[in-house]
Formats: sequence, C-alpha cells, structure tokens
Amino acid sequence: MSELLKLNQIETHIGQYHILQGVSVEVKKGEVTVLLGRNGAGKTTTLRTIMGLNPASKGSIVYKGEAIQSLPTYTIAKKGIGYVPEDQGIFAGLTVEENMKVAIQKENEETHKRLDYILTLFPDLKKFWKKPGGLLSGGQKQMLSIARAYVNENELLLIDEPSKGLAPIVVEKVMESIMQMKEQTTIVLVEQNFYMASTIGDCFYIIDDGRSVSNGLMKQLKEDEEMKRKYLGIA
Amino acid sequence: MELLFNLTLNGLATGMLIFLLAAGLTLIFGLMDVLNFAHGGLFAWGAYSGIWIYTTTGSFVIGIIGAILAGFILGMITEKWIIKPVYGNHIQQILITLGLMLVLSEMLKVIWGPNQLTANPPKYLQGSWEIGNMIIIKYRVFIIAVGLLVFAGVQFLLKKTKIGLVVRAGVMNKEMVQALGINIKKIFMFVFMIGSGMAALGGVLFGPYSGVIHAGMGMEFAILAFIVVVIGGMGNFTGSVMAAILVGLSGSFMAYYVPELSLAVNMLLMAVVLIVKPQGLFGGKG
Repeated sequence: MSELLKLNQIETHIGQYHILQGVSVEVKKGEVTVLLGRNGAGKTTTLRTIMGLNPASKGSIVYKGEAIQSLPTYTIAKKGIGYVPEDQGIFAGLTVEENMKVAIQKENEETHKRLDYILTLFPDLKKFWKKPGGLLSGGQKQMLSIARAYVNENELLLIDEPSKGLAPIVVEKVMESIMQMKEQTTIVLVEQNFYMASTIGDCFYIIDDGRSVSNGLMKQLKEDEEMKRKYLGIA
Repeated sequence: MELLFNLTLNGLATGMLIFLLAAGLTLIFGLMDVLNFAHGGLFAWGAYSGIWIYTTTGSFVIGIIGAILAGFILGMITEKWIIKPVYGNHIQQILITLGLMLVLSEMLKVIWGPNQLTANPPKYLQGSWEIGNMIIIKYRVFIIAVGLLVFAGVQFLLKKTKIGLVVRAGVMNKEMVQALGINIKKIFMFVFMIGSGMAALGGVLFGPYSGVIHAGMGMEFAILAFIVVVIGGMGNFTGSVMAAILVGLSGSFMAYYVPELSLAVNMLLMAVVLIVKPQGLFGGKG
C-alpha cells in the first residue's frame, strides 16, 4: 500500500517544554495506524503537530507528497485531514445540526450522501439533531466529533482517544463505527484501550518520552508480552 | 406619566447608542479575546467623519454610510497592524489600544481642529410628534429604531448565516474551527470590521442627538460601553443590548431624580454585578 503521511524526526516545543524529541511515523493508505504509549508520552502532541496546532520546530511532515509542517491548521484541514481531538471539541452552544454545518466545507450532493451515511452510522445524532451539543452524553459527543471529521471527503482521520471516559457499551459502539469508516478512509488512532487499539489497528507505533521507539504490525504486538509490559504497562 | 414616558424614551435612545458601541466590543472580546480600549476612538471617528460628510453633502444618509465605511477601514487597519501582533497578550493589548485611543482622539483635533463641532438632525428628523400630552422627539425614536434594526441584523447574521455560525463556533472554540478548515483570521478581521462599523454608526447618530461632538467623546462613551459589556457578560451579544438598555434607562432616570448620582449609578451597578454575578447578568460568551 502507498504511503499517505510521513513524519520524519519531528520535534515539537510547547512553551519552554521540549515535548516531541524525534517522532517518525509512516502511515499507509487504507490502514489504521495506532499510536500507543503511556500517558504524557507525546501521542496527542503528535496528532496536534500533524494538524499544525502545535507546529513542529524540527523535522518534516509529508502528506500526499507535500510538506505540510509549516502550513496553518486550516490549510492542513482543507488538504483532507479530519481531526477528532481528545476533548472532542464540540461547540457546546450549537445544535448537532449546526456543529455539522460548521464542519461541512463544500455543500454538494456527495456531502449530503455522506451525511445520510453518517446518520445511519450514528442514529443518535439524528435523534438529537436540534439539541445543543453541550447537552449530549459523552458517547454522543464523541460520535458527533467523529461525524464532523468524517462528513468531508477527508482521506485521513486523526482520532485521539475515542474511548476515553466512555462506558464499555458505548466504546463498543464507537469501535464499530470506526471499523466501518476504516473501509473508506485512512486513520491514525491514539488509544489507551489496548483491546480497542488491537482490534481496529493494522499497525502500531509506540511513543515513549517524546520519541517513536518501536513499530510494527499490530498482530505482532499482540503476541509480544515483553513490549506490552515495557512500554504499555500491560502485564 | 408624560415624564416617565420621556425619561424612558431618552434612556432607550442613550441605551441604543451605548449598545452600538458595546456590541462590537463584546463580539471582539468574545471571539478574539481582545480588550480593545481604542473602540471609543472609532465611535468618535464615526461621529466626526459622518458629521463632516453630512454637513458637506447635506445628506444625513450619506453621512451615515460614510461613517460606517470609515469605521470599517479604521477597524481593518487597527486589526491588521495594531491588534494582530498582540493576540493572546492582554497587557500588551491594553497598552497598545489605550495608546491608539489617544492617537485617534488627537488625530481628530489635527484634522478638524480642537473646537467642538455642532450637528443637527436632518429636517425630516427634527421636531416631535404629540400624542395626547406626550411629546415624542422624532430623532430619539429614530435612534431606537436604528439600534433595534442593527440588533436584529446582527442576530440574523449570527443565527441564520454560515459566517454567523462560524463566528459563534469561534467564540466557543477557536482551535476547533481552524481544525475544521476555516481561516479564523479572516473571521477575526470580519468581526473587527463589523464591530468598528457599529461603533462608527453609534458615533454619527450621537452627533445630532447631543448637538455637539468633541474629540474626548470616545473615551466617555467607551467607559459606559465597558460597563455594559461587564454587566451583560463579556462576549455575550444579547447581554450587551439588555445591559445597554439598563444602563441607558438608569442614567436617564437618575439624572432626573438624583442628578448627583447619575454618573455613579452605572459604576455602582457594575460593582454589584461583579460581586453578585461576576460572569455578567446574562452569562459569559454566547
């Protein structure tokens, strides 16, 4: 499969802190690449750096053959990268409908088809279409956040900890929807829940202390108890 | 009864003028997190440029349009060259916008001289209507109508258009708006220009209302506008109109019944709000 995104020795500073100190990741088209690692390892910062929200101070980020590390966030998003942040980024005072309208970049027949598909994927959003985003449950907010990133024809989705704070039954639902989206788009997933990560993911990168320290196929990691114990704290 | 009616009408007209200034201030703060102390300067520039065009052309409508355009242009220049370098730094914003306020006021004196300028309403807005024993001054009704129209227009823009939706979303989460592919800087500029245009409109309407304009009027009204923004909730557009009416009415009634307290009452009102409900009577951003 061809390479869609390549991070080469990325370094990122936030204020005086040197958060990423050498992250290299290759994302192949059509795959789900999972970034794993302990809390504070730099997974979220990696996604934020790709989006230009915390711009890289060194290294390169190449998306579809073009260097994007110096571009502003909105331009990166327009190039076809959808972002689902850790805190979901819901506009609490806007209705579900309005949240989706803000997200839609070009309103055409294709977008309407995608929207219809999304509403079959997340029927709750249809049910609460006119309800303010702030009044949705945690799971519904997560669905809305994913839907917003998916409504445009984005070739790449960056999803940050979709299972965080959700009840197991809701996690299953979110997982199912990501599995379905996987058929049509490439995904970079940050996930602490190893069951979810290993079920959805095709390959993995382990981030530790701001560096990418290991990578490979997810099925290999599943069997590598030593690696799981060392970097993920899974006994 | 007639007295109460007239005080109310007067309070509403003053309230609408303050609203035109405060609304821009609150929108700019809500979206851009910018404390713009130069906003009163745009009010004064609207008054001078509008009244000058009005007296030169003889058309009040052209004067109003000219004032709004002057507001847009000054707003654009201010945002692009003065505010943009200090985004995210409130101390620098306060210092630079206070400095700009002084520059804008002094520039008025350089261009139009240090003396006050007089302004009268156009003939069709002079005089009053008499209903029973009540005398309704036409120009005050005109100001109220314009204020309400602007309120309705901005509400329409915010609630019914895509750009308004983006502005509201930006007030809530600027970062996410950008991550959805929207250039928030263009939205900042747009909101700054709208806010500045509204302030300039307030200024040109104030001219014939008070009869005279002077270079220091911007600072005087800016203080009232800041009080309104605090009372209404910083960043809350609907709160700004309600608070402006409240401030206008309290000023009008107090000036008649307890003139010694007429200036202090708004400060007291703000102090009480800050103690009882620090986020403002109508909540924060929204």
